[in-house]
Amino acid sequence: MSMPDRLTITIDGVPLSVAPGTTVAAAVMIAGKFCRNSVTGERRGPLCGMGICFECRMSINGLPHSRTCQVLCENGMEVRTDA
Amino acid sequence: MSTSTYDVLIVGAGIVGAACADACAREGMRVAVVDGDIVGGGTTAAGMGHIVVMDDSEAQFALTRYSQRLWQELRPELPDDVEYEQCGTIWVSADEEQMSEVRRKQAYYTSRGVPVQILDPSDLERLEPNLRKGMAGGLLVPEDGVLYPPCAARFLLERAQSRGVRTFIGRPVVRMGNGMVRLIDGEQFSAGVLVNAAGSLAPALTPGTDVKKRKGHLVITDRYPGFLRHQLVELGYLKSAHSLTSDSVAFNVQPRRTGQILIGSSRQYGADHKEVDTEIMVRMLRRAEEYMPGLAKLSAIRTWTGFRAATPDKVPLIGPWPEDKTLFLATGHEGLGITTSLGTARLLVDQIVGREPEIAAEPYLPSRVGKEHVHA
Repeated sequence: MSMPDRLTITIDGVPLSVAPGTTVAAAVMIAGKFCRNSVTGERRGPLCGMGICFECRMSINGLPHSRTCQVLCENGMEVRTDA
Repeated sequence: MSTSTYDVLIVGAGIVGAACADACAREGMRVAVVDGDIVGGGTTAAGMGHIVVMDDSEAQFALTRYSQRLWQELRPELPDDVEYEQCGTIWVSADEEQMSEVRRKQAYYTSRGVPVQILDPSDLERLEPNLRKGMAGGLLVPEDGVLYPPCAARFLLERAQSRGVRTFIGRPVVRMGNGMVRLIDGEQFSAGVLVNAAGSLAPALTPGTDVKKRKGHLVITDRYPGFLRHQLVELGYLKSAHSLTSDSVAFNVQPRRTGQILIGSSRQYGADHKEVDTEIMVRMLRRAEEYMPGLAKLSAIRTWTGFRAATPDKVPLIGPWPEDKTLFLATGHEGLGITTSLGTARLLVDQIVGREPEIAAEPYLPSRVGKEHVHA
């Protein structure tokens, strides 16, 4: 089976083209965005990159608090920061 | 070492001890509170903080209803971090058989002046869209609420301190009785009245107190605002709470102000170790998932256990201990100590000063246990 050359996801409604195998956390960094704001209003982004620190949580296809460093991008995926 | 003297000395700085200290101080008594650990660090910290009217027995109803009214009166004074929310309880009925229990409960509450509303399946779906479809209905009790117990205990104790109550925290007690309390470090206190409010540890200080540890597990999720709006309890809950021998689980979930969801509940006798029991926690979560399938996708961030102070008849022990005329008990609140702490404190103070209480004190007297020592 051949892999598609590129995938398209949306981040806060804005389309982004990424290579297959890209994690959602990496895609958000490519887009130059932060993942979320902490409860005290600080901006947060990926830290450990291995699913331990929970800093990179975002909403993926409507499910909040998804650890985006552990999820690979799929075509049509809807990602929301700060959710 | 010298001996300090008080009118009332309370052992236990959980929510019951804190409420008793506050109520005694209001009467102008000289009060001290002693606890071997931290304020509200035992069963108080482990519970959900459901402020709920229960109808397991007339005695349980009277004390929970009286206490809920006291919480509502206190509400304007509660600091924000107590997180008091009058979210209401919905008793969820899974099938037609349980709907007859809904109707019985409705008649019971209504005849005693507690507002309730029967919900049909569409009401239930509108109020709690994440419940599994196809439930038979439920009973909404809108005046029930939730709070954050450790902060409530701290508030009550601080208010007591502002009225002159002395506190000795982190000072384990080795002995109490005959008007004396002795700490592990050798310090002694004397008092006209001693109150054992040590929760599930009460029998260690007052042998013969018929209180057993009943272990429970809770799980808390990350923040999912709007996922859950009321405290939801399955109607089979009483069956679970009643069982005196076997381990049991029941669907019981609570929305916190943060959007987090507390997931319970489990009951175990004879499990005296604090560690999480994976088998029963899995059973508890499966039960919750049966009622709310969407819970399975949420992220749980912490789980813990605690010990309820359970009596054989599910009614707390409030009043004089027959074998020591200086000693009063305020323990045995099982899973209702957060709710009933305020009513307990009033009953205790009324008995100490010899005043007629607002609700009958007899059902809660420790002397009842010796009289009819029956384990159903």
